Amino acid sequence: MATVNLARTQKKAAPTEYKVLSPFYLAWRRFRKNKLAILGGVIVFLFLFTGVFAPIISPYPFDKTSIYTFAPPGTLPGHLLGTDDAGRDFLSRLIWGANTSLIVGVTSMTFALLVGIVLGFLAAWYKGTIDFVVNRMLEIVGSMPGLLFQILIMTMIGNGTLNVTFAIAILSWPGMVRLVRAQVLSYKDREFVEASRSLGANTRFIALRHILPNIINPILVSIAFGIPGFMVAEAGLSFLGYGINDPTPSWGKMLGNAGQYVQSFVYLGAYPTALLMIVFIGFSFFGDGVRDALDPSSERTG
Amino acid sequence: MSRYLLQRLLGFVFVVLAVSFITFFLMWKTPGGPFDETNMPLEPVAKANMIAKYGLDQPFYVQWAKYMIAAVHGDFGYSYKYPGQKVTDLFFKYWPNSLLLGGLAVLWSFPLGAVLGIVAALHRNQLLDQIITVFALVTVTLPSFALAFFALAIFAVDLRWFPYGGWNPSGNPKTLVLPVIIFGLGTVGSLARYMRHGMLDVLGQDYIRTARAKGVSRAKVIVKHAMRNMLVPIVTIFGPVLTNAITGSAFVEQWFVIPGIGHFYLDSITNRDYPVIMASVLIIAVILTLTYLLTDIAYTILDPRIRLT
Repeated sequence: MATVNLARTQKKAAPTEYKVLSPFYLAWRRFRKNKLAILGGVIVFLFLFTGVFAPIISPYPFDKTSIYTFAPPGTLPGHLLGTDDAGRDFLSRLIWGANTSLIVGVTSMTFALLVGIVLGFLAAWYKGTIDFVVNRMLEIVGSMPGLLFQILIMTMIGNGTLNVTFAIAILSWPGMVRLVRAQVLSYKDREFVEASRSLGANTRFIALRHILPNIINPILVSIAFGIPGFMVAEAGLSFLGYGINDPTPSWGKMLGNAGQYVQSFVYLGAYPTALLMIVFIGFSFFGDGVRDALDPSSERTG
Repeated sequence: MSRYLLQRLLGFVFVVLAVSFITFFLMWKTPGGPFDETNMPLEPVAKANMIAKYGLDQPFYVQWAKYMIAAVHGDFGYSYKYPGQKVTDLFFKYWPNSLLLGGLAVLWSFPLGAVLGIVAALHRNQLLDQIITVFALVTVTLPSFALAFFALAIFAVDLRWFPYGGWNPSGNPKTLVLPVIIFGLGTVGSLARYMRHGMLDVLGQDYIRTARAKGVSRAKVIVKHAMRNMLVPIVTIFGPVLTNAITGSAFVEQWFVIPGIGHFYLDSITNRDYPVIMASVLIIAVILTLTYLLTDIAYTILDPRIRLT
């Protein structure tokens, strides 16, 4: 593959100039051929943009109430998507919902990533007692009914953005630990690690320079699938009333509140739910594309 | 084999004890108690009596030990919210609804998902495969609480094809349709994806090529050689699907107002009905762990190459 590309670039450029194609560039070339993945990527980008810049682009503060309640989209001048049951600008609340979702998803993922890489690496590298303890921890958390536990934790610590992130993060890491552990196990006895060690490299150097670059691809894939997973968890908890606290907007909570208005003001549930679905599907397409691009030997070509 | 089973059983006991201990600790830490009625507060003395009666004044590990000893004997205590009602009786009252919902959902979604996955694999990279792959990805992704909203808004409120909630399995079977479809949809998607992957795996094996090379027809290779080797992936995925069906969906039960175990659990949390919360978590943890164990044992029966050590 690499030689072919070198040959192709060689023809265009001067013979002495070799263009080295990085694995990520090759992955990007595979990714952009996948139309669904591009669509997903655009959705994910729009979602990230909305979430990050919510304070700037939202036309009203999310908690500013008015006397015009239950105004359906397009009926109230100045409020593009109307107002909700408390007279708050609906569009602003939807925009801020992306912000909440993003905060919970990314923070939980960061936590899972930290715990996963550290515990997974330690367990695989040192085996013995650490591996035993980590495996028992995985068994315990794997046998906990996730939703039930998250609700229980939420009743203990109360609703709120930080708290719901905590409840999700605390159960978020087993998948990542398993992944990192399995990956490190498959690389730690390879010749290049052996060679590096015999040259006097210490564990930290080997871990960062030799192991991590090899296992980064599956980790990236699991990040792409993990973040929307945690966002679903947040939406679900908020939907049940054990998540985000009023007045902070959350798509899941907006849907939960709209349950009572399905027969009267259906737009209150339809917009956040539609957004939620589009964003989750976008993440799915994107994640699938990332997986196929980073791991060309998986299903499609193999 | 017997050594392995002993090990696994010990592991099972350890996990259940650990999960119950953590649950107990969380409940003990949770602010608010079952006798904190705000509308009609109990007399302080009466409240102290109630707390002493249920042993809530003892250290939490003593409460936990007592509880676990009773639970092993099948005694999960009495509900706080419904005095005089045994927790086990309440479970027998609500669980059948969840089982019916989950059972019906698995009944249609498991075969459909399996067939879709296999069909997709056999038409790999063709239009049919692409349609099934996208469909599976979408259904796997969409959470049931979001789907349920649109299902209700469109088919119950707008078109009036189905009633809005009102679970009534014996009187009006129409009330079952929407929840059963919503509950099963995720299974269809995950199964289709899983089976497609498994089938492609099997079809890429050498023995399939050998069979084709020696002149066995494509249909026969698929039915005789490929399908038999699909049993291991089918068993692997059946465990989680089954536990999912047994433990019910709080979301679907919440939307369609189904008096099932998920709904009951949410109520118990609101009411701080400790014995019910504890029993729910414990029973589901046992079911989850047992499923893992049974799946591993099933492997050895289906695939003699897998040896348990």
